[in-house]
Amino acid sequence: MKLTLKVWRQKSPGEKGAFVTYPMDNVNPDMSMLECLDVLNESLSARGEEPVAFEHDCREGICGSCGFMINGVAHGPERATTVCQLTMRHFKDGEELLIEPWRAYSFPLIKDLVVDRRAFDRIIAAGGYVSVSTGNAPEANGIPVGKEVADRAMDAAACIGCGACVAACPNAAAALFTGAKVAHLSVLPQGKVEANRRALAMVAQMNEEGFGNCTNIGECTGVCPKSIPLEVIARMNRDFLRASFKRREEPLATITPVYDWKEKTE
Amino acid sequence: MTIDSKIPSGPIEKAWEKTRFDLKLVNPANKRKHTLIVVGSGLAGASAAATLGELGYNVKCFCFQDSPRRAHSIAAQGGINAAKNYQNDGDSVYRLFYDTVKGGDFRAREANVYRLAEISVHIIDQCVAQGVPFAREYGGALTNRSFGGAQVSRTFYARGQTGQQLLLGAYQALERQVRAGTVAMYPRTEMLDLIVIDGKARGIITRHLVTGEIETHFADAVILGTGGYGNVYYLSTNAKGSNATAIWRAHKRGALFANPCFTQIHPTCIPVSGDYQSKLTLMSESLRNDGRIWVPLKKGDKRPPNEIPEAERDYYLERRYPSFGNLVPRDVASRNAKAVCDEGRGVGETGLGVYLDFSDAIARLGRHVIEERYGNLFDMYQRITDEDPYKVPMRIYPAIHYTMGGLWVDYLLQSTIPGLFVIGEANFSDHGANRLGASALMQGLSDGYFVIPYTVGNYIASNKFPKVDASHPEAQAAISCVQQITDKLLSIKGKRTVDSFHRELGKIMWDYCGMSRNAESLKTAIGQIRALREEYWQNVNVPGSDNDINQSLEKAGRVADFFELGELMCIDALQRNESCGGHFREEYQTPDGEAQRDDEHYSYVAAWGWRGQGNSPELFKEPLEFHYVHPSQRSYK
Repeated sequence: MKLTLKVWRQKSPGEKGAFVTYPMDNVNPDMSMLECLDVLNESLSARGEEPVAFEHDCREGICGSCGFMINGVAHGPERATTVCQLTMRHFKDGEELLIEPWRAYSFPLIKDLVVDRRAFDRIIAAGGYVSVSTGNAPEANGIPVGKEVADRAMDAAACIGCGACVAACPNAAAALFTGAKVAHLSVLPQGKVEANRRALAMVAQMNEEGFGNCTNIGECTGVCPKSIPLEVIARMNRDFLRASFKRREEPLATITPVYDWKEKTE
Repeated sequence: MTIDSKIPSGPIEKAWEKTRFDLKLVNPANKRKHTLIVVGSGLAGASAAATLGELGYNVKCFCFQDSPRRAHSIAAQGGINAAKNYQNDGDSVYRLFYDTVKGGDFRAREANVYRLAEISVHIIDQCVAQGVPFAREYGGALTNRSFGGAQVSRTFYARGQTGQQLLLGAYQALERQVRAGTVAMYPRTEMLDLIVIDGKARGIITRHLVTGEIETHFADAVILGTGGYGNVYYLSTNAKGSNATAIWRAHKRGALFANPCFTQIHPTCIPVSGDYQSKLTLMSESLRNDGRIWVPLKKGDKRPPNEIPEAERDYYLERRYPSFGNLVPRDVASRNAKAVCDEGRGVGETGLGVYLDFSDAIARLGRHVIEERYGNLFDMYQRITDEDPYKVPMRIYPAIHYTMGGLWVDYLLQSTIPGLFVIGEANFSDHGANRLGASALMQGLSDGYFVIPYTVGNYIASNKFPKVDASHPEAQAAISCVQQITDKLLSIKGKRTVDSFHRELGKIMWDYCGMSRNAESLKTAIGQIRALREEYWQNVNVPGSDNDINQSLEKAGRVADFFELGELMCIDALQRNESCGGHFREEYQTPDGEAQRDDEHYSYVAAWGWRGQGNSPELFKEPLEFHYVHPSQRSYK
């Protein structure tokens, strides 16, 4: 099949970007969207031009590296599918695809379709864990966890951290991402112990990163490749509110976002 | 050079306990004065970095991805073994040990495997405490499934995303330490060389993948958890970024490389569909619990599967191996799939595929049970192939999945370079010639959470570390070595892309050093690899520059290493005149086509030393002794 790709090209954050049109003549309907970009990149390389930079790794829809907007939709038209598993048979012969990176204040662009998603790591670092050092653990079957509870935790834990939720949100909010981790841990007995502290700390960091507020639009769950349910946001809000009333501790410090790759972590 | 495996004396059940007591300790107040480098943030790397940080060391952790959570451990689907015996079906530490040694076709070190089995139970405790949502029974207890090569149910799982959940557990523990300030995380940073000073590993050279900056990092010990080298074959189930550069460059600095030819071919992957294909997708081995594998009885039977009557189907695994049936180990299942396809009975357009059929299980258990067990895998299959596996059988074919070989390490996971430790898939130690399903996650976490914190401590406590910095001649030499490679790759400006070379290398490896090998084909492969490598350094085209994101340049460096490693794999396969596990030499098979080991001559670990480009590598042999599990012809019949 034939397709026209209009791809966002931008050499660096400081330079101006633009859409560049690439006609594709020989697209196999069985190939994935990323394999289609591979074919484009092979032809660009062969001509000595710089290939389109895009993130990808596992190509099985689980690592969360890949993702871009196709015709304005994060990860393209198929529900619950990352671009690495989106096969070209979902497009019509002759179609034009507008491909652009995630656009959000908190995900600064690095090059072409590559953006900086370190904000997500900092949100996790703020409290997205159970504070249990290696060796502290009790016998695994010591605390029974009902099947329904384990299943609900797993539904939320399935998040791959790709950032589609933020890119799709008109407010560029990270509520689905943050809510997924809050919900995963706070429904489990192991995670309940520090649920208050976690909700406060993660929400504080989310705000510090400059993500927008959630206004219950629901675009996030619609594009989520793992179909993380909207209720995780309700869970986060509930935990946050409850924790705010109960709070006895000093205010939690947040980590200042760093966007410059040259700035040393040391 | 002599290689000392440092296997503790005395009864194997007490070996690890005794070793832990004998290992020296570092005073808690002194730990923060020692910097440790961990390269890789998968199950092994992240768990090691987090645990060392918790202990109070000053840790620097590196990964080439944008976040440590992307490491390829995340893609492991099926599960993690542990000898908990929760199912009351006769499991024990000893049985897991026995199954693993036997499954590895008697080419693994007994003491390492025993320790792994022993630690397995603690891993589950730790992960549950972290909030890993393992599958549960209604009563709240953990549940298990069976996996190939075992007759007990000891595999813990979180739907079809066990690797993801375990990795996120380790990643969260790691981020907790980042927040606590004990671990500094360096994402988008690739290790390109090892700095060895006075015979000890003292640091690494890295390239920043956004700025292109070449940097030096120093430490008192370096721990590599950089995964396997399956991508030598181009098409594999590995992530596109998975590479051997860290271990290969450490090898060129003096670390021995053990059993490079031991590669695992996973029996259940989605077959190749076209030349644009960039990777192969695994369908978890757990599917073999309920799916039945078959091909048509007649050659060239092109009828759709549902029209082939029961009597004209050959459930070849159930027929040949009645006691293990569809749950034979991976090497056996893969070889049998290849054999039936070679007979012309393969299915699908290419004839390179066999059916994995769930119709019996759906009829017996109901669709909802199958959906609950494998729903996400079925969805993935349908997304890729556009076929509904609830209605038509899946088509599967073997693909490169895991590499049992890796850098040689002793019982303390230290390589032949003092201060260089290697963990997880990057080392060679626990799986012999074939890894059992659900054992990779176990090994990665065992090494990272429970072994390396003790053994690195012992090394730190037993050595002195004079201050070193980038002005040291060894560091300068390593920097210029890295810079030269980069400059050279960018300056060739030839006519072929990096991928076209990589694909060609992969095809040579798959054809001649893949599921079955023979002396003739291996010699052919070595010649072809050398010629192709020569062409590579004359004719590769790497566009762009070295001071921003340049994915072609990243790939080019990795492929350069794959050429050298691929050649070593063939050399290793050629010297091992026997068949064992994943290494099947056509000349050495039993009358009924099973692998024929030669324990008299080949019961050793082949550890290879680098002797410079163009020189043949030097072979060191570590003899393997079996005091507990006596080598026998592996039988799954």
